[in-house]
Amino acid sequence: MSIPETYTGHQGLRTEEPLIFEQDTPGKSGVDLPEPETVSDALGGVTREGDIGLPGLSEPEVVRHYLRLSQKNYSIDGGMYPLGSCTMKHNPRLNEKMARLPGFAGLHPLQPQSTAQGAIELIGETARWLSVLTGMPGVAMSPAAGAHGELTGLMTIRSALEARGDARRRVLVPESAHGTNPASAAACGYTVESIPANERGRVDIDAFRKALDSDVAALMLTNPNTCGLFENDIIEIAEAVHEAGAFFYCDGANFNAIVGRVRPGDLGIDCMHINLHKTFSTPHGGGGPGSGPVVLSEALVPFMPVPYVVREGDTFRLVEDTGESDAKPFGRVKGFHGQFGMFIRALSYMMSHGSDGLRQVAEDAVLNANYLLAELGDELSAPFGGPCMHEVLFDDHFLKDTGVATLDFAKAMIDEGFHPMTMYFPLVVHGALLMEPTETESKQTLDTFIGMVRSLAAKAKAGDTDFFHEAPRLTPRRRLDETAAARKPVLRWTPPAEEAAE
Amino acid sequence: MRYLPLTADDRREMLAAIGAASVDDLYRDVPKAARLDGPVDLPPHAGEMEVDRALSAMAAKNLPAAVAPSFLGAGIYRHHVPAAVDHLIQRGEFLTAYTPYQPEVSQGTLQYLFEFQTQVAMLTGSDVANASMYDGATSCAEAVMMACRITKRRKAVISGSLHPHYHDVTATSAKFFGVNLVSPGPDFAGTEDLAALIDGDTACVVVQNPDFFGRVRDFTALSEACQAAGALLVVVVTEMVSLGLIKSPGEMGADIVAAEGQSLGNAMNFGGPTVGVMTTRQKYLRQLPGRLVGETADADGRRGYVLTLSTREQHIRRDKATSNICTNSGLCALAFTIHLTLLGEVGFKRLAGLNHAAAVKLAGRLTGIEGVELLNDTYFNEFTLKLAKPAADVVEDLAGKGVFAGVPVSRLLPNAEGVENLLLVAVTETNTAEEMDRLVSGLEEVLR
Repeated sequence: MSIPETYTGHQGLRTEEPLIFEQDTPGKSGVDLPEPETVSDALGGVTREGDIGLPGLSEPEVVRHYLRLSQKNYSIDGGMYPLGSCTMKHNPRLNEKMARLPGFAGLHPLQPQSTAQGAIELIGETARWLSVLTGMPGVAMSPAAGAHGELTGLMTIRSALEARGDARRRVLVPESAHGTNPASAAACGYTVESIPANERGRVDIDAFRKALDSDVAALMLTNPNTCGLFENDIIEIAEAVHEAGAFFYCDGANFNAIVGRVRPGDLGIDCMHINLHKTFSTPHGGGGPGSGPVVLSEALVPFMPVPYVVREGDTFRLVEDTGESDAKPFGRVKGFHGQFGMFIRALSYMMSHGSDGLRQVAEDAVLNANYLLAELGDELSAPFGGPCMHEVLFDDHFLKDTGVATLDFAKAMIDEGFHPMTMYFPLVVHGALLMEPTETESKQTLDTFIGMVRSLAAKAKAGDTDFFHEAPRLTPRRRLDETAAARKPVLRWTPPAEEAAE
Repeated sequence: MRYLPLTADDRREMLAAIGAASVDDLYRDVPKAARLDGPVDLPPHAGEMEVDRALSAMAAKNLPAAVAPSFLGAGIYRHHVPAAVDHLIQRGEFLTAYTPYQPEVSQGTLQYLFEFQTQVAMLTGSDVANASMYDGATSCAEAVMMACRITKRRKAVISGSLHPHYHDVTATSAKFFGVNLVSPGPDFAGTEDLAALIDGDTACVVVQNPDFFGRVRDFTALSEACQAAGALLVVVVTEMVSLGLIKSPGEMGADIVAAEGQSLGNAMNFGGPTVGVMTTRQKYLRQLPGRLVGETADADGRRGYVLTLSTREQHIRRDKATSNICTNSGLCALAFTIHLTLLGEVGFKRLAGLNHAAAVKLAGRLTGIEGVELLNDTYFNEFTLKLAKPAADVVEDLAGKGVFAGVPVSRLLPNAEGVENLLLVAVTETNTAEEMDRLVSGLEEVLR
């Protein structure tokens, strides 16, 4: 059956939705506001003249627009989202309800602290849970996202080093690391030195020892690493780092694999950010907001940034300024008090699971990933074998000489109703396919996924290349020309008349 | 456990398929000494009702500024957010999507970000905007780093009328990245001469409009001074509703705009999450940090949207990237753009007008009080009062009566001299006549 052309361009429930600017009726508004009283203004003549260019739409038109846009998105609510290193798990709706309690969402950050004791307590309580789960004594709560947490952690480390008169210039980063790691190190004023992986997908210990000297400020290691493997030499690595007088930074993006089962503090880690939008189920929201609290060892705690919470008897106090601190905070990294709304969601999630449930989270996440490895390992190609942790890495060896690339394979998965896995990352294997099912997928869903991937792999090996190159066919848009988008960037709408005049 | 679909039977079957005797086997790469054999010392799992009860009890200890008469501002503003906004952003397709790496199944997110970029560029009078930053303060810090990259200079002049948190966050980045910040110090008198501080090493001058003390400024002359010296002008906006009434930064010659977008669509949330905004000139596009959405066509020639120019970004360029930012504020940007779409040209300008009219009215009433002096010649919806008593005490007193009179300047500048009696008062469309009455009578009482 071929799909008929339609007069409207819509295809049943799949609608073509113009931009808001193309739906403009000048003078229309979706909000009823009274005409402002005429006053003698206090703007000093610095007034805006002319039109801004914002389109006018009524409320029903606005609601329809965004509803139709929403229907063009894949989401974890709608299906499995096995993006490796992203931890796309179910986002409980209780969290959303709690974050919207007027007693939380309606707080102004600068209202007197005496009137926001419950909120300050909540920040402290979230920090306490994170501290116990990681076995680390201090938590800097204010970083806005994972990468911001990395930067904050490194700033804390650099401050601690400089406080002992020990300026160092290099940070060691394994080549399998997230791109944010080297970028954060550079933003903190460090030079980055890349450490290769060994044939087992772990840090090459010899190369690491060779690079380690008294000029190294920190090692930034992801553990479990981005190959989905636990760095089994981690204690030895930590000892070497400390012997060299450096600090051990851990990228906590993959904490979901070990939460409740392993405390990073017991591994000799000094500093680790936690992505609340990964392990602790706060929604990704199409790219944020995130939240990236940083847990710190004893040696680093005095240097952590403001604000932080202290408890004084029955009162909770936010230390907001470096001047009022008894310690040596290096400064401030974000306006106000951090991503408070995300703390509520994370605490709601942690309390729901509790210490027993969180342990089960890690176990089921690891079990699900190993199940994929077991059921797909013979049809795909797993470079490092098992067991894996919460995510499983395949390379594109199984696609060799098929004419199908990892990207084509991913696009074919989209037509099958699944979001693809992470592709071409980590960089240590060729054509990487990194799958992270998370603990919130059922066995039934995993079995469907496994059947789907196996059927596609068989199809690729059978030489059905057109099928893959043409994919996806069943989506609101087919493959988009990213090269053209970058060559002549069009980053905003312009009125047709202006466009013609240009 | 309600969030975990696997049953005990599933787990057994899966372990058998894997060939592992127990889940402990799967953790065998973890050094023995670091394996916990039981739950950590935290409470066990709890049902939805119990969690709701515990967190609601915590929330009930607070007196939210959203409910009480409130004149708090200083970077976060109480505005009415139409009901449709929060409803729409909670659609699972928006709320629970990831960054739009697969454009074929992310056109919803990509199109609204393209619309967001367009609206932001229009409001600020800029060529291009990115798809959001964490917040206004981090956006300001990134703007300074960006200016340093563009000019290859390492000095930034920071206005003493910049929000102190923005100053502090920028100072943190500057300290570690090796940028020299020069600031004349808190400028509550409005007399600083920033142009005099510009020299051949200056990458940028950072100013705020309306400034931290509420004054409306025209930086056209400063922009010319910057241009003459080869420096860039960075304009910070913490109250974007003001752009419905006052001249845009672009019209004043801003090279980079760093703003806080919380005022549109977003609750106050005790200060976060909010939405950082960043714009620049077309010619500096490749030095912008953060995500950018661009228009293109699909294999069938139909218009569509993709993330673009990602060679600026950390996942490609690693330590050579323009920034380390990855996750930004997608959902807060969605709230912003929906609110602005609901308002439209007419509604947005009217909203700005209502805010200003309310401020003029309240300022007039407050200056009639004995012991209150208005420091501003100009303002939009926020101004600075000099009180006869320390502002922090007055605020505490009035908070005891259930009224939030404003933000004492000393809360944000605890070490500055001469600010003890200064109070920032913000007023928006949400403040009723009765709330203003309560503020006026409250101030009269405590200042008596």
